[in-house]
Amino acid sequence: MIKVENLKKTFGKNEVLKDINVTVSPSEVVVVIGPSGSGKSTFLRCINQLETITGGKVFIEGTNTTDKSVNINDIRTEVGMVFQHFNLFPHKSVLQNVMLAPLKVRKISKEEARSRGLELLKKVGLSDKAEAYPNSLSGGQKQRVAIARALAMEPKIMLFDEPTSALDPEMVGEVLEVMKQLAAEGMTMVVVTHEMGFAKEVGDRVIFMDEGVIVEENSPVELFENPQNERTKSFLSKVL
Amino acid sequence: MDFRWDIIMEYAPYLWKGTLLTIGLSLISILIGTVLGLGIGLGKMMRNKLLSFPFKCYIAFFRGTPLFVQILLIHLGVVPFFTGETNGVIATIIALSLNAGAYIAEIFRAGIQSIDKGQMEGARSLGMTHVQAMRYVVLPQASKRMIPPLGNEFVVLIKDSSLAAVIAAPELMYWGRAMASQYYRIWEPYLAAAIIYLILTLSMSFLLNRLERRLETE
Repeated sequence: MIKVENLKKTFGKNEVLKDINVTVSPSEVVVVIGPSGSGKSTFLRCINQLETITGGKVFIEGTNTTDKSVNINDIRTEVGMVFQHFNLFPHKSVLQNVMLAPLKVRKISKEEARSRGLELLKKVGLSDKAEAYPNSLSGGQKQRVAIARALAMEPKIMLFDEPTSALDPEMVGEVLEVMKQLAAEGMTMVVVTHEMGFAKEVGDRVIFMDEGVIVEENSPVELFENPQNERTKSFLSKVL
Repeated sequence: MDFRWDIIMEYAPYLWKGTLLTIGLSLISILIGTVLGLGIGLGKMMRNKLLSFPFKCYIAFFRGTPLFVQILLIHLGVVPFFTGETNGVIATIIALSLNAGAYIAEIFRAGIQSIDKGQMEGARSLGMTHVQAMRYVVLPQASKRMIPPLGNEFVVLIKDSSLAAVIAAPELMYWGRAMASQYYRIWEPYLAAAIIYLILTLSMSFLLNRLERRLETE
């Protein structure tokens, strides 16, 4: 589903990602953990090329996304993304936020976009907020709208970039609940998070990154109970 | 000091005609300048340095030289070069539009760049093209923030149109000066012109304030 080969990314002289290799199978939930500055967000952003990659290849369903003949916008319609700071469109209502991309990119009819949008808002438990504007919502509600907005494009893969890091503690649960539901439905997901509980419960595989390399990857049980690498051990001892 | 109301009354029809021309000149230049400014602002923001260079030069020239010099250059040089003759009104409109375009380009650029980068990323992550993201997400938000500086620019433009008097475009200041030289008076013509300009600029500010408030509540 996703295949990352020898991925490198530098910002100026700063080498943020050094030779990353990851394969994600359909319906797999991969959780990426690591200290801040370890390159995990950059890694995620390289998958849908919000960051231009410096070296290596990223394949999405067999298509080499770095190939010049590939239209990256087509790839992105298949890869939904949820951001730490939601990035909702404040000048549009909740429903309009969800409808915009299907209308303009998929070119579906307004009625279809609307009924699909309402359905998704129901799924994330926000039917009553359809006409509200993002600024009137709580952080947890905003993030659930952002998830609905990404799902409206009917992506095959969902990327989550620290989706709960900007939330008040009491709102983390409602967002994780929606993500769990998605995972249960078989969505392929790559999640960068500090929520170790979520990683354990929902993750099929956990990747520990530090200083731009994958230090260790394993099933959640193995990685959390029996970490092999010293860096993994010291990181886990601080966060668990 | 005696204030001669009678010569103001005598010149009232001309001042009126001049005011109408001032309004016309200003509105047309605002319109052209805004369209021009959007194009030039987007041009300057292009990532390709080679492509954005001419736009940067344009802005540097029109912001870095006096409008008065630009008006004379266009009136005495550029317009005659293309048409063989010249016309004060046309030259004024061209000079004001080109000049305002440079300032408005910077207003557009600042407005667009003031929108959080996450908005563009959010839109692009959904598969929108750069143009779609600009059109549906960034520009609608940026335009609200651009209204106060744009209003400022429009007010400046109305006042600057008075420079057209020196190239014999019969706008408000032209008639003020005519009145001054006919009667050798200072206060009556220039105060009358000043008050009319003040009414014009205050009206412009008022309209833009209303527009700003309406967009805020939306």
